[in-house]
Amino acid sequence: MLLIPCPFCGARDETEFAYGGDAGVERPTDPEAATDEAWTDYLCFHDNPKGPHRELWFHRDGCRRWLEVERDTWTHELGAVRLSRP
Amino acid sequence: MAAMQRYSIFSLLRGALSGHRDWEPAWRAPEPKPSYDVVIVGGGGHGLATAYYLARNHGIANVAVLERGWIGGGNTGRNTTIVRSNYLLPENQRFYEHSLKLWEGLSRDLNYNVMFSPRGVINVFHTDAQRDYWLRRHNGMRYAGIDAELLTRADLARLVPALNLSPDIRHPIIGGVMQPRGGVARHDAVAWGYARAADALGVDIIQDCEVTGIDVEGGRVTRLQTSRGPIGAGRVGLAVAGHSSRLAEMAGVRLPIETHLLTATVSEPVKPFIDTVVSIAATHAYVSQTDKGEVLIGGSLDGYNSWSQRGSPARLEDILASASEYFPRVSRLRQLRHWAGVMDMSMDGSPIIAKLPVEGLAMTGGWCYGGFKATPASGWCLAWTLANDAPHTLNAPFSLERFRTGAVLDENGAGPVAWGH
Ligand SMILES: Cc1cc2nc3c(=O)[nH]c(=O)nc-3n(C[C@H](O)[C@H](O)[C@H](O)COP(=O)(O)OP(=O)(O)OC[C@H]3O[C@@H](n4cnc5c(N)ncnc54)[C@H](O)[C@@H]3O)c2cc1C
Ligand SMILES: [Zn+2]
Repeated sequence: MLLIPCPFCGARDETEFAYGGDAGVERPTDPEAATDEAWTDYLCFHDNPKGPHRELWFHRDGCRRWLEVERDTWTHELGAVRLSRP
Repeated sequence: MAAMQRYSIFSLLRGALSGHRDWEPAWRAPEPKPSYDVVIVGGGGHGLATAYYLARNHGIANVAVLERGWIGGGNTGRNTTIVRSNYLLPENQRFYEHSLKLWEGLSRDLNYNVMFSPRGVINVFHTDAQRDYWLRRHNGMRYAGIDAELLTRADLARLVPALNLSPDIRHPIIGGVMQPRGGVARHDAVAWGYARAADALGVDIIQDCEVTGIDVEGGRVTRLQTSRGPIGAGRVGLAVAGHSSRLAEMAGVRLPIETHLLTATVSEPVKPFIDTVVSIAATHAYVSQTDKGEVLIGGSLDGYNSWSQRGSPARLEDILASASEYFPRVSRLRQLRHWAGVMDMSMDGSPIIAKLPVEGLAMTGGWCYGGFKATPASGWCLAWTLANDAPHTLNAPFSLERFRTGAVLDENGAGPVAWGH
């Protein structure tokens, strides 16, 4: 069980959160102008490291803020947690 | 190479007469040669099946299968063994129906009992919307000539007497669908049967051999770096399930795959009480009983990227709560083990069986939680693709390019969310 230290709510069970995936993907700022290539990279081609991963979690049953969490996908060790950009 | 010792009632009797002391090893343990025409990475069912069909269907027997652990020790040996072809999209129907037909003749083909048991795969539903969805899917199957039945509550009571059909539970069951030809098989036997048959045709199965690098020269794969030294390769097929993105990365290829956990659990063995496979739509749990009598229960993904092979207790609790609701007797059973596998979740929920943008390199992967049933057809198609340097019509839709062209195969319409399928 992951205990995710939410900056607002403290350490809470993973079951209170919804996962949001790779925090490194950037949505093209002007979708109309984005190439198919850039759009596909944004949608489908994400990092999948065995090790440190920067990822998004939504505190669904708590403060309802999106968090950016550093977690090791191999050991499940949690690192820094901060609020994601709005 | 000695001819394969064939298994039969007579070889069993002969074995018994000599106290079972004269059985030959089912496959050799060769040292790797300096190079092979084709090297397959990954000794799960898919890799071993690929090697077998390369030798049997295409006459390419100068082949090695490299496995970093022991064969069948990955997802092949961790899965809940459901075999079915109950899909809606025509591309998936054709592929999985081809696979099911291979399953139906597999024990005979391999001269190895893979214990394929077509006991019927049942999905139960709880709402009108779910019923409409399952009806549409199963009507689509019938339209494609695949067996599919609609089950009433009375049918369910007859087929699955242990199922809780009470109208007073949180999500009462209003009906179900069944694919009668679906069922289960013995997972280890699938790996061992393919290994033995491939070995007999000349394939080298090399365990304890981890691939650590893929050498690409002039846009073409030339060699693999392994824990047992470099091995030259004319062509390379990747069949490494949850490790697909790592291996592709070694050749500079990025894949639309993320690695996630899927948990399963078995109880202590009890007398037979369920002789079908039952999946419960409301809570995403499915239940069957193994030949040993254990109740085998699986569910949905843990839901976040992980390579740990350790499932979360939270998901285990979900699965057990759900199984106990619909099979109340399960609540009194002790669980013997639970485990998780690393799932190669693709962005549209369908696999990639295709050439990669490096000459001589192809893969099968992106199997999500459903690749065991695909084992024969996946190997069959990857073998074809490696032998002909082009996909067969059965696997042409499962390309890597589809994510760029938009021709995705999103069976559930979940969108590009790896853990949403
Ligand atoms: C809990 C669970 C339940 C499931 N239930 C079902 C089900 O009911 N029905 C169904 O159809 N599917 C199911 N699946 C999915 C199914 O198990 C897989 O899709 C399928 O077994 C994949 O087979 P494979 O041969 O590709 O992978 P694996 O058996 O995982 O084989 C891949 C092999 O590659 C090896 N490898 C990895 N990296 C390297 C390297 N660098 N060098 C050398 N070797 C390497 C691994 O050690 C492994 O043995 C389930 C999976 C899990 C985890
Ligand atoms: Zn919070």
